[in-house]
This record gives sequence, C-alpha cells and structure tokens, in this order.
Amino acid sequence: MTTHFIVHDEGDSVGVVVVEGVKAGDALNGWIMDQDKTITFKAASDIPIGHKLAIKPLKKDDTVIKYGVDIGRTVAAIKPGEHVHVHNLKTKRW
Amino acid sequence: MDLSKATFWGYRRENGRVGTRNHVLILPVDDLSNAAAEAVANNVKGTMAIPHPYGRLQFGADLDLHFDTLIGTGANPNVAAVIVICIEEGWAKKVADGIAKTGKPVCAYGIELHGDHDTIMRASRQAKEFVHMASEKKREECPIKDLWVSCKCGESDTTSGLASNPTVGNAYDKLYQQGVTLVFGETTEITGGEQLVVKRCRTPKIGEQFMAMFNRYQDIVNAHKTNDLSESQPTKGNIAGGLTTIEEKALGNLQKIGKKCVVDGVLDKAEVPKGPGLWFMDSSSAAAEMVTLVAAAGFVVHFFPTGQGNIIGNPILPVIKLSANPRTVRTMKEHIDVDVSGLLRREINLDQAGDMLLDMMFRTANGRLTSQEVLGHREFVLTRLYESA
Repeated sequence: MTTHFIVHDEGDSVGVVVVEGVKAGDALNGWIMDQDKTITFKAASDIPIGHKLAIKPLKKDDTVIKYGVDIGRTVAAIKPGEHVHVHNLKTKRW
Repeated sequence: MDLSKATFWGYRRENGRVGTRNHVLILPVDDLSNAAAEAVANNVKGTMAIPHPYGRLQFGADLDLHFDTLIGTGANPNVAAVIVICIEEGWAKKVADGIAKTGKPVCAYGIELHGDHDTIMRASRQAKEFVHMASEKKREECPIKDLWVSCKCGESDTTSGLASNPTVGNAYDKLYQQGVTLVFGETTEITGGEQLVVKRCRTPKIGEQFMAMFNRYQDIVNAHKTNDLSESQPTKGNIAGGLTTIEEKALGNLQKIGKKCVVDGVLDKAEVPKGPGLWFMDSSSAAAEMVTLVAAAGFVVHFFPTGQGNIIGNPILPVIKLSANPRTVRTMKEHIDVDVSGLLRREINLDQAGDMLLDMMFRTANGRLTSQEVLGHREFVLTRLYESA
C-alpha cells in the first residue's frame, strides 16, 4: 500500500506529502510515525511532493503544530486536506 | 551495526590526529596570491590550490577568524603538507607557523620583492618535494574514536526532517557511544528549537553558553532584517520543497543530533574541540561557510543531508551527500552518495538507514571519493564578521 503522506506525531496539525502528483480529490494514505498508526484523508488541493496538508481544521491566527512543536501561526483559515504553506502560515519569530 | 571494534584506514599525522585524505595544499593568504597559488597547483600535479576572495585590510575579530580558518585548514589531518603564499612574507610566515605546530611540513612564500614568476618557481620546487613525500605516506588501521565527524544539511525540504536528517541522527547516536568527536552548528537554523538544544546540553552552564551564542545571532538578524527573512532563511529552495517557516526548518534540522547524544560543549567558529563528544559550533547556516569552518576545526568526514539537492563540497573535507527526496535522487543522482528515500516508502527503517550512512562513512574514510570530490566541488568560503577597514 502506497504511503502518500507522513505525520511526525499524532498531535500535529499537518502531514507531509511524500509522493509526486497529488491532486485535489485524491484519496490519501497517511502514516503517523511516532505512534505507528495509519490514517486516510482526501486531498482538498493539488499538493506538490514535500508540501504539507492540514489534517485538522485551523482558524486564522491558530498555532500550527509539527513534530509536536509550534512552527508558526496561520494567516487564514485552513480546512482539513488543504495545502498549508507560505500563503497561509507565517513564522512567529522574525 | 556493532561499532565497538570498528576501525578505519587513515593517515596518522605527526600530532597523532588521523586524516582520511592526503592533500598537498597550496594556500593563499589573500586574494592577490590566488594567481600564484593556482599556477603552482597547475605546475605540480597532486597538489590543490584553494583560492578565496579575502585577506586584505581585515582587522580585529574578523582578521583573527581569517587566520584561524586558514591555519585550521592547513592543520587539518586530511592535509599532508602545505605551501603558504601571501603578498608579503610576514603574514605567510604567520600562517605557516600556525600550521607547523602540528609538526607537518609547511613552507611560506611572499610575493613582494620577488614577483609572481619567482614565487611560483620557488614554491613549485618545494611543492614537488612535498608531493613525493606525501605519496609515500601509507594508510594505517585506526580505532573509530580517531574519526572526527561533522554534519550540516542544505537545501532542506520536509523530507530532510522526515528522513535524511534523522538518518544522520541515528548515525550520530551510534558514533557518540564510541567516543567519536562530533559537531553540529547553524545557529539561526535552530530558531524555534533552541529550548530543545538547551535540554540536551550536558550541564546548565553549557546550555547558557549555547543560548548566549543563539541570542547574539538573533540580535544580528533583528538589527539587519528588512522582512521575516522568508526566501533567505528559509531559502527559496527550502520553500519550493515545502518548508514554510524557520521554526519548521529548525525542528527538521535538529533531527541531525539524534535522540541520545548529549551536547558536551560549545565552540566558536573554526575552534578545535578539546575532547570527544558532541559539540555545537556557533556558525552560519550557509553550507559552504559552515563546512569550511568545521574543516578548519579539524573534522575529517562530513554528513550532508539534502532535500532539494544542495551540491556543495569542500576542498579537504569529504562531504557525504544523502537524500530521501525521491525526485532529487532521480533528477540529481550524480550528487547523492546515499539514497534513503526508502524510508518514505517504509521499505527500510531508521536503524537500517543509519547503518547505510555509517557504511558509506567507513568507505569514504578508507578512501572512496565522494560524489562531491569526483565532481570537483571545492567550495572554500571564509566567514566574514563585518566590513574591511
């Protein structure tokens, strides 16, 4: 079975697409590394390899969690399955 | 992989350190001496010149770092002998004297009062003798603790944090147990994960020393930034690869120090570690600068995980490239020494990936040329602290 995306920790807000050519509407198999669990998800956007999809609903100004740690704040609401990147996630640092 | 009795075949130098390479180096102290250095390297086969653009009118801490980096590069056990060339003889001798403390053969030449032609002739005659001498050095079997291993990632993407950086971390955890000397750095690229590093420091004092370096670098970013550094840190390549924020990049970066090893101390730029263990070096996150600094600190093999495909090398420190990005491994195959993309397909586990990297580490230490060496990537990039006078 192909693993389409990987999540570091089950508390994370996002997973990483690890195959090329994911299109909106595709059914995706995910693997949560730290807990060694599998989940399934439907892509809501076209997502390039290496890019993130939301696996939880996020409001504007929410903290995004990856590796179980804060990686920044949302600047727009993000629905599960949507592409998460520089258009909707920014650093809290600089 | 059981490393308790592991050995490698290296060149034991006069000061007891062990190298994995046997270079005869032609080292210019300044930009003006590059032409003569390159001419000597052209005349005498088996030598290597390492040109660079700096060395004039630097002062203070910036000049000290220039000398420390040049002397450290010449002193690295991957170097058998050194020809130093400078526009004037005094600073050539200063650098040569610093290298000579290792006991290795080194000669200094000034260009003023001679001109390029006479300098090239004198230096070439000596360089030829050095090559004969170096070519008779033999590798000997050495315990694994004699290996000094550095790491730095580049053009990272999310696959770096998922797979290639954790592969380095797995190898670091295994090497740490054997008393190997290890280093990591990239001070700004820890932003968002700095407390994770503090928790890994052996003592609270080391944690404070790390945070002083971290905060100093943050002050530089804050003093000079014109935006949130997006497209610089993270780079445009990082962003193309799916990394969004510095925090996300930092958490991926820190996978390189594994789960078990402890930070035993901090180093200034190009500073030589005082003992085995894991060291943090305050350093730029730019690949060639950081690898040049750890080479000057005496490291002899380098792990370089990449996501989008950073093609960097170093003249004297063999850089082992690994990647887990299946597209990079396919489209940039000639740059990658270890393909760990099987981790993302769940065909191999992290322990197996770490062993694949260690296997390549031993092969490289024993003499296998890395992709970077075969392709001629010799980026020698000196870190500058501020403007010249």
